[in-house]
Amino acid sequence: MKKKLIVIGNGMAGMRTVEEILKRDTDKYDITVFGAEPRENYNRIMLSPVLSGEKSFEDIIINSREWYADNNITLHAGDAVTSIDTDTKTVTSENGYTHSYDKLLLATGSKPFIIPVPGKDLDGVVTFRDLDDVNLMLEAAKKGGSAVVIGGGLLGLEAAVGLKANGMDVTVVHLMDTLMERQLDEAAGYLLVSELESRGLKVLTSANTKAILGEGKVEALELDDGTVINAGLVVMAVGIKPNTALAQDAGLEIGRGVKIDDQMKTSNPDIFAVGECVEHRGMTYGLVAPLYEMGKVLAEHLVSSDVVAYEGSVTSTKLKVTGVDVFSAGDFSGGDGAEDIVFRDATRGVYKRVVIRDNKIEGAVLYGDAADGAWYFQMMKDGTDVSDLRETIVFGQAYAGGGGGDPLAAVAALADDAEICGCNGISKGDIVSAITEHGLTSLDEVKAVTKASASCGGCSGLVEQLLAVTLGDEYEVQTVKPMCGCTMHSHDDVRHLITAKGMKSMPEVMQELEWSTPNGCASCRPALNYYLLCAWPTEYKDDNQSRFINERIHANIQKDGTFSVVPRMWGGMTSADELRAIADVVDKYEIPAVKVTGGQRLDLFGVEKKDLPGVWADLNAAGMVSGHAYGKSLRTVKTCAGQQWCRFGTQDSIDMGIKLEKMTWGSWTPHKFKMAVSGCPRNCAEATIKDFGVVAVESGYALSVGGNGGIEVRVTDDLCIVETEQEVLEYAGAYMQLYREEARYLERTAPWVERVGLDHIKANLVENPGMRKTLYERFIVSQEALQEDPWSERATGEKDSHEFTPLKIVA
Amino acid sequence: MWTEIGTINDIPKLGARVVQSGRGDIAVFRTADDEIFAMFDSCPHKGGALSQGIVHGKAVACPLHNWNIDLVSGDVKGPDNGCARTVPVSVNGDVIRLQMPDVKATGTDG
Ligand code: SRM
Ligand SMILES: Cc1cc2nc3c(=O)[nH]c(=O)nc-3n(C[C@H](O)[C@H](O)[C@H](O)COP(=O)(O)OP(=O)(O)OC[C@H]3O[C@@H](n4cnc5c(N)ncnc54)[C@H](O)[C@@H]3O)c2cc1C
Ligand code: SF4
Ligand code: FES
Repeated sequence: MKKKLIVIGNGMAGMRTVEEILKRDTDKYDITVFGAEPRENYNRIMLSPVLSGEKSFEDIIINSREWYADNNITLHAGDAVTSIDTDTKTVTSENGYTHSYDKLLLATGSKPFIIPVPGKDLDGVVTFRDLDDVNLMLEAAKKGGSAVVIGGGLLGLEAAVGLKANGMDVTVVHLMDTLMERQLDEAAGYLLVSELESRGLKVLTSANTKAILGEGKVEALELDDGTVINAGLVVMAVGIKPNTALAQDAGLEIGRGVKIDDQMKTSNPDIFAVGECVEHRGMTYGLVAPLYEMGKVLAEHLVSSDVVAYEGSVTSTKLKVTGVDVFSAGDFSGGDGAEDIVFRDATRGVYKRVVIRDNKIEGAVLYGDAADGAWYFQMMKDGTDVSDLRETIVFGQAYAGGGGGDPLAAVAALADDAEICGCNGISKGDIVSAITEHGLTSLDEVKAVTKASASCGGCSGLVEQLLAVTLGDEYEVQTVKPMCGCTMHSHDDVRHLITAKGMKSMPEVMQELEWSTPNGCASCRPALNYYLLCAWPTEYKDDNQSRFINERIHANIQKDGTFSVVPRMWGGMTSADELRAIADVVDKYEIPAVKVTGGQRLDLFGVEKKDLPGVWADLNAAGMVSGHAYGKSLRTVKTCAGQQWCRFGTQDSIDMGIKLEKMTWGSWTPHKFKMAVSGCPRNCAEATIKDFGVVAVESGYALSVGGNGGIEVRVTDDLCIVETEQEVLEYAGAYMQLYREEARYLERTAPWVERVGLDHIKANLVENPGMRKTLYERFIVSQEALQEDPWSERATGEKDSHEFTPLKIVA
Repeated sequence: MWTEIGTINDIPKLGARVVQSGRGDIAVFRTADDEIFAMFDSCPHKGGALSQGIVHGKAVACPLHNWNIDLVSGDVKGPDNGCARTVPVSVNGDVIRLQMPDVKATGTDG
């Protein structure tokens, strides 16, 4: 007599197991299937194309009603099992049927996770799990309007793209900073965001949902930071949890899922479980590949007496969005001796990363060209030794020679109206047409005809590359010194390309300019951070982790790991109150040394890192702010006694110095920037060895630039003489801005002025008042974003408190 | 002895935090891919606090003189020589544990 097998769950795992059993033996079991969904068994993963309209439900049915009949399977569709009695070996369903079993198979899948926020039960809040959910979404989409998808994982993105295809205005709200963060790294995540945005989706990362708003039905979604997004539909796609309620009530052993052994057996010898509802060797799965493997093992076990074991699955992921090629497999988070191989092709938007350890592939992320995904995945699962392929593996299976990035790619990809020469406002189109129309063959000829690179020369590398792109092999580009080992582009080229291409984030720059490392190095990251900050002062979010320790925590690290603290003393002036506050802080925190610096202020040496916020809070309370003695930024403005006190003084140098410092403090510059104002040509403030020097004369102020008192002493070059304080401020701001925009990171004004020439500086500041005003205005705009005391934000603990406390103290 | 010291999110991406122990400070690093590494917070060159350096790829640049230390092995990369002492790490879910170097047992776990 046939044995009775009851299957609970008419989904992918349950029915795959039944198919595997029938393949082996059609006579062994009398099979009854209970399914909560009122329909035949279908391919759940294809719900995404059903939502987007690329497929219909009929297309994705796996087994029709006839198939059940032909195979003598009794299907109770739309009738959920409500209890299992392990003593009598029976199950009871919602419709009141009680059936007995010899063997029972649990394949109840999983349930969408609902985040417990206010408003989660409102009408119009849906999940994405079965056909009913898809129908709800399609119904809502008919009315048009806006939708929010919570969750930027596989499921959420497929839902978002599907809703967009149905004409809705869609915003994806994702808790983490990278989309699909478990499958993708930052670089691939960046590419994915750009692609989705170019399709008209809005993506908000690091966004935590606080509440869903509405009366009876959804009207909007509110984030932690107060942002409110209007929406008539909210899709929660934040994860799944194994559906174990039934098994738990039946007294089976439960962990994160129904616990099973290597033969898919639960803690009850007659009950088995497969699919998303199980926990096997501590793992739960949310993909179909593992459940196919489970189905095979279980069928073998139920039909024959052979002992086969399921040993867990290695999984890979592909995003099912038409036109977006994303693949991810294994673990790309390395460990001992893991090696990272990165390939980027900016023109095609391709990013590939293969992680190898012990000559085996351990993980892979592919974006833009995922054709080799299966190849890598197979080698990964097989543990193939790839040492022979090591050099070329990242180029893919079809690779046959050549390789490496194309240094001209970024320039070739620029739009015609992209500005190449900022000084003279010349675009790529202007240069290329000049080359072809006038038959130009050298940099000098391009300079003569177009004026491009005729001023500061910073864009000459790009002009040469345009010559090479336009003329092909006829032109040989002078090799430029790359910024660092991560790129073949020079500082100048990177800076120019950031503005020409409108690149606004570090992952974007690294992708578009084909960086050869996943996230740069200690040398390029601070430079890129500065270039981006300078180019987009109001938009770019400073990346603290790309700053050297001193700038990251706003104090100077000392050889013994303590820090020094230098508060600002505007123009070198101080007061009894300030000095008293400093003395109190020194006593309170037992600061070992106080020194008068060469920059006319006081340095408190040897402060413990943990005491910094306290020290700052006390100094702030007395009205003092950071002196930026640690920064590639404005340092000090030294002054002399001047007209207020000195018998020779011709102008009020103290007042001028204070005004300069108040205008310029807090700015970030390529290297540190110092100023001084002397009241007469005796020059007691040593203004002529400063980055910007002011020496008062009878008729006004003599301005000079490019001085340095450091390793190599350089006296300033005279710029001009102006009459009023306001003019001094305008020249200083404009000069600083020119330096900020043109100099290479870690290049002080002295070498910069020598490199570009004093004439270039004069042409911008003295001979062209319009340009001077524009530069000055740009400086002021950027200062509005930057002038905030970095100490006060940290003294209150609101920012970076993790920097000042140990993670843990253990015995 | 494995000791729980916190979760991944307690450490900034491409950053580090310090665990103070009886044997000296231990720097715990987090890479861009959320890998966690730990080593004694002392540069093989002149003892710079590695926890204060810039983390890039699987390396950290010492804040004092810019030596690059491999986070996996503790070896100095490039032309310089030396090795920082690494500490074994286990990450389970979000929770980080360090295998604390043998110190006299104190009876409690933490
Ligand atoms: C504290 C101070 C010495 C003092 O007690 O007087 C000082 C201390 C340091 N200087 Fe200086 N410089 C100090 C005034 C100067 C001056 C004099 C001046 O500003 O009028 C100069 C020459 C003028 C100039 O810069 O053109 C000066 C030229 C340098 C240089 C060489 C720069 C160059 O372009 O050649 C360095 C190295 C560097 O920046 O790369 C340097 C670097 C340093 C550093 C930051 C070294 C470092 O990176 O850790 C020192 C930090 C010590 C510490 O642990 O806190 N320091 N340094 C002075 C702080 C002034 C202030 O109030 O902010
Ligand atoms: C939109 C979407 C896209 C996906 N895309 C992919 C993809 O691209 N690649 C991939 O590998 N995976 C993908 N998945 C995941 C994949 O669909 C699942 O891993 C797979 O369906 C799990 O199979 P299962 O049988 O365990 O669960 P299910 O297929 O969910 O089947 C469980 C069934 O049991 C029923 N049930 C539950 N309780 C009872 C009860 N008490 N009585 C009777 N019946 C009950 C449920 O109604 C359900 O029909 C996707 C999933 C979704 C929702
Ligand atoms: S002169 Fe040298 S030793 Fe003295 S403070 Fe400046 S950098 Fe340090
Ligand atoms: S102490 Fe680390 S590099 Fe010198």
